[in-house]
Amino acid sequence: MKPAASVIAFTVASGAGYGLLFWLALLRPLGLVPQGAWFGGVAAVLALALITAGLLSSTTHLGRPERAWRAFSQWRSSWLSREGVAAVATYVPAGLFFLSIVAGWPVLAAVSGLLAAAGAAVTVWCTGMIYASLKPIKEWHHPLVTPGYMLFGAFTGAALLAVLAGFWGMDGVPAAIAAVLGALGFALKRAYWRSVDATPPVATAESATGLGSIGQVRPLDPPHTETNYLLREMGFRIARVHAARLRMITLGGGFVAPALLLALALPVGGWVGWLLLALAAVLAIAGMLVERWLMFAQATHTVTLYYRGNA
Amino acid sequence: MTSLPTPAPGGKKLGLVIDLDTCVGCHACATNCKEWNASGHMAPLPDHNPYSAGAEGVWFNRVHSYEAGDGEDGRTVHFPRSCLHCETPACVTVCPTGASYKRAEDGIVLVNTDMCIGCQLCAWACPYGAREFDEDQGVMKKCTLCVDRIYNETIPEAQRVPACVSTCPANARHFGDLGDPDSAVSKLVAERGGFELMPELDYKPVNRYLPPRRAPKPDAGPPKDAGPLNSQIQNPLLRWMDKVLSR
Repeated sequence: MKPAASVIAFTVASGAGYGLLFWLALLRPLGLVPQGAWFGGVAAVLALALITAGLLSSTTHLGRPERAWRAFSQWRSSWLSREGVAAVATYVPAGLFFLSIVAGWPVLAAVSGLLAAAGAAVTVWCTGMIYASLKPIKEWHHPLVTPGYMLFGAFTGAALLAVLAGFWGMDGVPAAIAAVLGALGFALKRAYWRSVDATPPVATAESATGLGSIGQVRPLDPPHTETNYLLREMGFRIARVHAARLRMITLGGGFVAPALLLALALPVGGWVGWLLLALAAVLAIAGMLVERWLMFAQATHTVTLYYRGNA
Repeated sequence: MTSLPTPAPGGKKLGLVIDLDTCVGCHACATNCKEWNASGHMAPLPDHNPYSAGAEGVWFNRVHSYEAGDGEDGRTVHFPRSCLHCETPACVTVCPTGASYKRAEDGIVLVNTDMCIGCQLCAWACPYGAREFDEDQGVMKKCTLCVDRIYNETIPEAQRVPACVSTCPANARHFGDLGDPDSAVSKLVAERGGFELMPELDYKPVNRYLPPRRAPKPDAGPPKDAGPLNSQIQNPLLRWMDKVLSR
């Protein structure tokens, strides 16, 4: 599948934004992050800015962005529609959360924050399900895809929260959470790759053409000499050697290094510790961009069976 | 509504039956499809660089050619690929806007291009590559089963079939109601062992393909231990004896 920059930017940015919103809403009432209006306000604004930038980025993937409002109508059947509804609905408690932090209403902040956290989780769940529900793409139609979207959003969000909390010198809990989530992310991504590499293709050239009763099927003449939409969109391929390196970069740079830096920042503390937190967050987000790019580049679609004989 | 209509028992399932035995791979179906639909229900079907290298565009019908099997059993098979008007089309249910829909009355899968936002999720959801994006209009396009021909009372009745069917010079394409077990197409499918594509994905395509007939075994010739033919015996005496003894 073609890695579209707009969709990669969307899922990485909004994933991190929803993760940040989730942890802020959960940890603030427990007193585990700075309690001041400034910290809460800045963190909530950053979360909402990331979410909004991501959603705006996603509309540039549309052929008719001016009709995007129509996407809220088919939530009964479509995960994309559900994601849109959940994203917009989450703005209500998230906005209220921000207002009550700034205005200093702790009860309302706690309640609206919990609602916003639930909305964030539901939205990212829907994002994952958009991909996981597509049967023709075996790399997406996998039980670890949606948990991955949720976990990686939570990880990058917690890393960002640790950086912000570091300004107020109260980064211990978010940094520890982010370090644990980074380790879990590493484990999940490795398990996903092992499983998906061992999964047989969902269909074969023989079943796609129904000619398997004659014998092995090989494409002879293509239907057209030039490329087309299907091949550009669904036929994207990446050299195996590049994919292997990018997987290493994702695991090492996107999960292991940030997790270690976060763990190291805890005992170090001070401005050096904060620099380590900032570096961890930058690495985590950069790693997530690579991870999301690979998620598309390595995804294979059954339509290529008709063109190449393999997916 | 992108939720699927509840299928009525014995309801119409309009579709195509494509005979892979007689298809000669001439691309006439693809060409006439483009010709009709370029000004039909889904019009226009844009082309990019139509008169230079890199020419490409939106087509609803693509004719592949394959080799199947090896050696004497190997076959070259021409294979037209188009929308199969599935009974459980994920291209419809993933649509966030309601632009994609499956008609309750005849099962045809269509796109309302006035509502489509061009998210292209339906193209991802189709295992068969039936949907192609119109990059000029920013909306998705697909085979309409020539919905603007099959019910069109302004054209002669004989022409009220999809453009691909009407033009096929090898009579390899058949159109009809596959929901009716007594229809000509259903009988043809039953008789010839028609099959669906990628049944393992469970999209329940309506269109059926008829397999190439088995090639008859080539004439094996006389058995290896048979002697020479009478005319091949050079010696006239022996030839006479062979003739007498063979009576």
